[in-house]
Amino acid sequence: MNVNIYYKARKATTTALIHLFLLMMAVICVFPLLWMVFSSLKTPETIFRDLSLIPKSFHFENYYIAWQQGGFGRYFLNSIFYTVSVVVGIIIVSSMAAYAFSRCRFFGRKALFIMFMAAMMVPIPGSFVALYVLLNKIHLRDTPFGYILCMISVGLSTSIFLLKTFFDKMPKELEDAARIDGCSKLGIWWHVALPLAKPALAVVVVFNVLNVWNEYILALIIFDSRKFMPLQVALQTFQGEFVTNYPLLMAGLTITVLPVILVYFLMQKYIVKGVTSGSVLE
Amino acid sequence: MKLKAVLENYVFVLPAVIIFSIFYVIPFIWIFHLGLYNWDGILPTKVFVGLNNFKEIVLQDPAWWQAMMNAGYITLIALTFQNALAFLLAWACDREIRMKNFYRVIFFIPPVLSEIVVGMVWRFIINDIDGANIINRMLTAAGFPNLVHNWLSDPKTALTTVALVHSWKGFGWGFLIFLAGLQTIPRELYEAARVDGANAWQSFKKITVPLMAPVMALVAILTILGSMQVFTLILGLVGGEFAGHTSVPVLRILTSMRVSSRFGYACAQGISFGLILVVISFIQYRFSHKAKQA
Repeated sequence: MNVNIYYKARKATTTALIHLFLLMMAVICVFPLLWMVFSSLKTPETIFRDLSLIPKSFHFENYYIAWQQGGFGRYFLNSIFYTVSVVVGIIIVSSMAAYAFSRCRFFGRKALFIMFMAAMMVPIPGSFVALYVLLNKIHLRDTPFGYILCMISVGLSTSIFLLKTFFDKMPKELEDAARIDGCSKLGIWWHVALPLAKPALAVVVVFNVLNVWNEYILALIIFDSRKFMPLQVALQTFQGEFVTNYPLLMAGLTITVLPVILVYFLMQKYIVKGVTSGSVLE
Repeated sequence: MKLKAVLENYVFVLPAVIIFSIFYVIPFIWIFHLGLYNWDGILPTKVFVGLNNFKEIVLQDPAWWQAMMNAGYITLIALTFQNALAFLLAWACDREIRMKNFYRVIFFIPPVLSEIVVGMVWRFIINDIDGANIINRMLTAAGFPNLVHNWLSDPKTALTTVALVHSWKGFGWGFLIFLAGLQTIPRELYEAARVDGANAWQSFKKITVPLMAPVMALVAILTILGSMQVFTLILGLVGGEFAGHTSVPVLRILTSMRVSSRFGYACAQGISFGLILVVISFIQYRFSHKAKQA
């Protein structure tokens, strides 16, 4: 009897300690974000004096000012435009290629596939220098179109890999039935294969959305014109100009982070799937 | 008819191949060409200098090697502290506890944020110029005013601060992969070990560690490649392209290109750095391969 109570108490203590540890880390994870959001609601005068997490008065007008005068409205729309264009482009181009790599036999199939996969293995930290020169030569630098094409090429390898793995495991019966019904190859890809691949496509979408939205270095070297800049680069310029107005900067950061958090919470299960499928559970 | 079917296949792969060749493969090959020249990026004339750029990197560029050391230090902290923390958290979550999913969702928030945002938010929290340093204020309030410190501007602590923020942003990756790996270990193994009288430490050492070795190797290589190439976070955290004593190789490449207008030299730096990364991952791969066989 006594022994039983002893074991129960010991187990409860262990569980409590584990929760304490996990909760502490959870607080450390979330605190900077909460601090950012609440600081964005303070004024430049109170931000260094009012050290309470939740401010005494909420200044939502900071968001209006950041959106209007800070230009975050324009940068936000730029980021949305780039993210949507690039992800749509990646989905179409990579799913076509992945489908062909999985289903068709043609000369050069293996070599081309290895080319895409090699890009995932070989790190090329300096290639943005040559990319800059190249874009200058073909007059695509400082254009949204050039940036979109570059970002599509960045996302291709992983997307093709994920989708090909999925197509390889997908049964062919439905596609065969469609072929017998006289459907063309493009028709089968669009009407049969893509709808079936929705779970894999969701993983591709969520990872590329995050990747494009958070991208920095290519946007930095490609865009000179402020009117084309996405949020990540604009934040740097903004910090240079409004250096003392921290609430506005925090409002800008919150505007930048909000869509990411939204996508993350909505697509949570696909993120876990993506991180683990590519690595452990092969 | 036959020809049409063959051509149809190429219609499927051509868009991907064309975009990828122009914007990925050509720049990759081109840096090997540009690395042999002295060129400011604007003038039409390039001066061929052979391997001189590489000679300069090895012999006359202490800033480059300092940046390399810095990246190495950040990587070391990430490999030890960050991955140990990730593993510990995954291990704590890999049992019958409540709110498992809650923790999993929270721990992966930092990795989905952009590095610029993370850098700027943390800069706001630990910045010392504007008197907004929350960490310092907390230390004062807690009764340790002598621990108050200019974390980011003191060269002695700046790099460690960068490394810790980097770990904050990155540990969620390792956590998620470790947790997925731990969950593939059959529970019966632990049961059997307990029946045989093994204590928690013994079953950890004899079951968990050996079965997790491949996963650990994977996380290690991802950490090395990711941490060595870190730079956007530092831009957000330190501000400006002259990161000074917290500079890292990719920032040096960016500086060579945008500040000194030495495109050829920047390419040579990129090649040397890429080669080092390839060598590291190759050694690591061989090492973990051997460990798996042993």
